[in-house]
Order: sequence, then C-alpha cells, then structure tokens
Amino acid sequence: MDINLIENILFATVRTGTPLLLVALGAMMSERSGVLNLGQEGMILVGAACAFMAAYGAGSLGLGILAGAAAGMAVSLIFAFIALSLMSNQVATGLALTIFGTGLSAFLGAGYVGQSITGLAPVAIPLLSGIPLLGKAFFAQDALVYLSFVLFALVWGVMRYTRLGLVIRAVGENPEVAHALGYKVLRVRYLAVMFGGAMAGLAGAYLSLAYTPMWSEGIAAGRGWIALALVVFASWRSERILLGAWLFGFASILHLLLQGYGYEISPNLLAMLPYIVTILVLVLMMYRQKNQGLFAPRSLGHPFHPSK
Amino acid sequence: MRIEKRLQDSPLMLYLSPLLALLLTLISGALLFALLGRPPLGSLYTFFIAPISDGYGLSELAVKVTPLLLCALGLTLCFKAKIWNIGAEGQFVFGALIGGAVSLQFAEQQGWWVLPAIIASGALAGLVWAGIAALLLTRFNANEILTTIMLNYIAVNLLLWAVHGPLKDPDGFNFPESALFAPHTLLPVLFEDYRVSIALFIALFMLVVIWVVLSRTLLGFQLRVMGENHQAARFAGFNGKALTWLLLLFSGAMAGVAAISETNGPVGQLIPTLSLGYGYAAIIVVFMGRMHPLGILLSSGLLGLTYLGGEMAQIDQGLPKSITGLFQGMLLFYLLACDLLISYRLVLNTRTPGAVTTTPASE
Repeated sequence: MDINLIENILFATVRTGTPLLLVALGAMMSERSGVLNLGQEGMILVGAACAFMAAYGAGSLGLGILAGAAAGMAVSLIFAFIALSLMSNQVATGLALTIFGTGLSAFLGAGYVGQSITGLAPVAIPLLSGIPLLGKAFFAQDALVYLSFVLFALVWGVMRYTRLGLVIRAVGENPEVAHALGYKVLRVRYLAVMFGGAMAGLAGAYLSLAYTPMWSEGIAAGRGWIALALVVFASWRSERILLGAWLFGFASILHLLLQGYGYEISPNLLAMLPYIVTILVLVLMMYRQKNQGLFAPRSLGHPFHPSK
Repeated sequence: MRIEKRLQDSPLMLYLSPLLALLLTLISGALLFALLGRPPLGSLYTFFIAPISDGYGLSELAVKVTPLLLCALGLTLCFKAKIWNIGAEGQFVFGALIGGAVSLQFAEQQGWWVLPAIIASGALAGLVWAGIAALLLTRFNANEILTTIMLNYIAVNLLLWAVHGPLKDPDGFNFPESALFAPHTLLPVLFEDYRVSIALFIALFMLVVIWVVLSRTLLGFQLRVMGENHQAARFAGFNGKALTWLLLLFSGAMAGVAAISETNGPVGQLIPTLSLGYGYAAIIVVFMGRMHPLGILLSSGLLGLTYLGGEMAQIDQGLPKSITGLFQGMLLFYLLACDLLISYRLVLNTRTPGAVTTTPASE
C-alpha cells in the first residue's frame, strides 16, 4: 500500500469521524449527568438545516456554524423541559425529539434542497501538516475538525480534573445525595443536556457546511444513533469516544479502500457497513461486560425532581 | 405554581391527557400556519377536516390506518413489557422487500394459495428481522433500542439495493422500482373504486385478538407484570427470555403484514420510499392510545389523518409534505408533557415559600 493512499484514508477517517465525535461527546456529557437523550439524531438534523439556511442566507459559514449549534441547543431545551421538569419517560421523550427534529428540519429546509454553497475549506497548519502519514489527517483539516479536537480536550479535562466534572458525575450517579449536598441537580442536568444539544447542532453544521456541503432530508443518516452506541462502546469515557469515533469513521469509508482496489460492490450494500459495525460493537461490548449496566451512570434514565 | 404528587394516579387524566395534547397541537398548528402567513383556522380545516369530508377521503384514511394499526398492535405488546422495539420501520421494510420478491415470483402463477403465501412471507420476513434483535437482546444483552434502529437503516439500504439491482423492473426506464405486481397478487379491495383492501379486516381482527389476549389470558397478565417490574416477573417464575422472543417476533410479523398491506395494496410494487415512516408513527400511536386496543384504533386514525393532512397541505397550500412529521412530533411532545398530570397536580403557590416543610430528596 502506498503512503499516499494511507494518508488519504487517515484524512477521510478523521473527517468522517468528526460528526460522530462531536455528538458522542455531547451525549456522554448528558448521560454522565443521568439523562438519556435519544433525540441526538433529531438535534443533528435541526442543526444541519439551520446551519445551512443561515450560511446560505447570510453568506457566512461562521454564522452558519453558530446557528447550527444554537438550533441544536434550542431543541434540546424542549427535551430538557419535558424530561427534566415534567419528569416524562426519557426514552419516549428522546424518540419524540428525533421524530420532531426530523419533521422540523425537513420542513425548514424544504426550500433549500439542491442549493449549493462553498463549504468550509481545509486549512493546512504550516510545518505540522508536513508530518508524514499523520500530518494530513490531523493538521490539514477544516476549522470544525480542529474545534472538535479542542472540544474533546475540554470535555476530557473537565470530566477528569475539575470539580464541575465531579458534580456532573455525582448528579448522574446519585442525584438524591447530590441534592442533599446542596447541588442543583436539575440545573446541572439542564446544562448537560443543552451542551449535548449544542454539540449535536455543531455536528449537523459540520455535515451541511463542510462534509457534504449541502442540505438534504435525513442528512444525518443515523449518525445520532451510532453516536449513542459509541457512548456505550466507550463505557462513558471521552478518550475511548475519540478512538471509537475514528474507528467508525474508518468503517464508513472502507468502501473508498475497496473501490481503490477495484472491487465493485453496490453502494447501497456498502452503506450498510457502519450500522452493521455498530451492532457488532454493541454485541462485543455487552458480551465482554456480561452486564449491560456495568459502566453506565447509575441513575441514567431515572427522573429526579426536588419536589418528589 | 408548583407540582405536587397525587396520592393516586388520576384515571381521568390518563384519558384526558391525549385530548389535551391534541388540543395543544391544534393551537400550535394554528400559530404555525399564522406564522407562515396562512389563515390559521382555514389551514387547520384543510389539514384535519377536508381530507375526510367525503367517502373517498374516509376510505383513504382507512388505507393509512391499516399499516399504522398493524405496526402499533405489535408494538403495544412490546412496550407493555418495556421492550423498546423501535424497529417496526425496518421490520416493515424487510417484510415489504421479501413479500415483494415473492409477489414478483408469483406473477405467472395463479391459485388460491398465492395471496396467503405472500402475506405469510411478509410476516415471516418481519419476524426474522425482529428475531435478529431478539437474539442480540436475549443472548448478548445488546440494547434493543440501538439494535432495532440499526436494523432499520440496514433494511432500508437492502431495499434500495434491491430496487437498484436484482428486483429492478427491466422495462422500467431505469427507475429504481420493481415491476408492477400482477393483479392476482394484489389484496382484493373492499369496494370498487376505493383503495382500501381486506388488510383492514386483518388489522381489525388482530385488534380483537390482542384485546382478548391482554384482558383475558395469563399471557396478558405476564406482560403487565414484566412491564411493571422485571424482577417480580422473575420471582413469579415467568420465563422472561421466552416472553421477549415471543413479543419481538410477534411485533415483527405484524409489521411484515403491515408492509404487505401497502406493497400489495395501494402501492402495487416496490419503490424506494415505501414506508412513509409508519414504523415510527406507530410508536406515537401506541403512546397516544394508552396501550389499549380501542385507544390505539382511535389514535391510529389521528396519526393517519396527519398523513392525509400533509398531502392536502402540499397540494392545496404548497406547504412541504414534511409538515406531517412536524405535527406527529408535536403531538408526542405534548402528550408526554401532559402525562405529568396523571401522577402530579399543579398547585398555585399561595403559601409563602419556606412555610411548607419539605424533606429534601425524600424517596
């Protein structure tokens, strides 16, 4: 295999893994605080539609990115209100968010199908991008990929080293005790869900402004669900999420490799790969842990309300 | 204003909450139409009333209700036992794919057994697709929400592959569609000139069967116990694994039959956009219908109406068809929000805060 091919594959792997990394980091944050938000797919879609509309309308990619993150956060607030303040079933509410987000994004973006914009361009960092093999993958990407590195470092650092991370974990493990200690359980959970919403919105913006770049219905193509599986796969730990996202990114671009070698396989069959990999990974993880809940935050999915 | 736990769940609110959710959805819909510069009441009329103002409209509603009802009945049993099968969509698509392939096989073959064989093949395919999730759940403890959703995407890609490849109509001008099914492989319609087929009877028959099973048999009781408390079910000696298998296989088979009701009914061939999201909408049907057969019948009518309304809004007002999904999502959001009122009540805060002694973090 020649070095150019490897460089290109690593480049595509990181690129394809980026939206998964963003969503999964956000989903992990919200799950660490004890909230299971199955609405990731819906939030990505709304983020992608709004990012594209804003970028198209204002002619500014930066504004598009902000709009995507803000839109993701805005719809996550609907979920947060119903699931946290009104204590609804989180599974059902998350599904509702995905159904709602799918419909809303298709509705908003209906007039933008087939429109094109100039997407986010890669920016090569001098010197570093010249490193053989890895330079192109890590230092010749677009700004959102770099932002995903920064956000990863941030989430990793906060969860590992800060008091804030400790509080989030405490709220996710045992909200009663956290409440008794005087921490605002609901506030922490609201913020964690909103952070997740912003991250999913960013991932959407990445899809419609950099990865494709265009808007089409269902552009997220199940990435929200794959990211949720990724969080389980990573046992709720950020560094494993990073590796997992790239692994999935690699699985999604495997067809490039196959085509590179001249194999002719239907694109529809190849498109099934990431989903099959997700199932395999879930099975493997569960088989190894024997017990599904081994690493999950203890209060994951259980409502808590101070008035209870 | 604050919320206070009721001593007992309110049975009244259990039934009022869906109506309240519908009312809130209508109000939000009116606001949305107004925002889009359309007359709110007139638009609501176009969306919810005009589609069913004549006999043809009502028969079209029955066409939409049939697959929704079939999918929802299977899901009801799963959800009652807290098995989150989100895969009705994939089971539907895979059922359509296999049932469609069988239908094409029988294009030349006549016989009374052809239709039953097609329906059975659809049911079997849906069953197999759900069986994968059942295997992964019972054997490997892999989360069924995620596996069934992955299987949805896999099924859709399989269908796309089939209509682009092996099942593509050779005389179809290169469109990704199968050949039209032969007339004798189509489900007979109930009335001349209307599209509603005998599948509606299958759906209604299954509705009665499930009603009886839920209310009159040990199985129905086991389901409810398992849904309330998995551990209690185990202590009572119920075989949780067998029950999980049974429920998933059954709901898969129902989704497969729902698929045949579409492919061998109004659609009459395999096309890439076979399901209009029936499998997902059926989830809303189940929640709206309070997991009760009669409620599910009513709520599948309401959800069916959102499809007709979406089509009508598209034709009449030039609004995107996806307004259907928007209304469906809103409906479920409002329902879940209103369900708070089942076990809590709103109390106006008249007393000064602090005067009430509350034990923090009780329970």
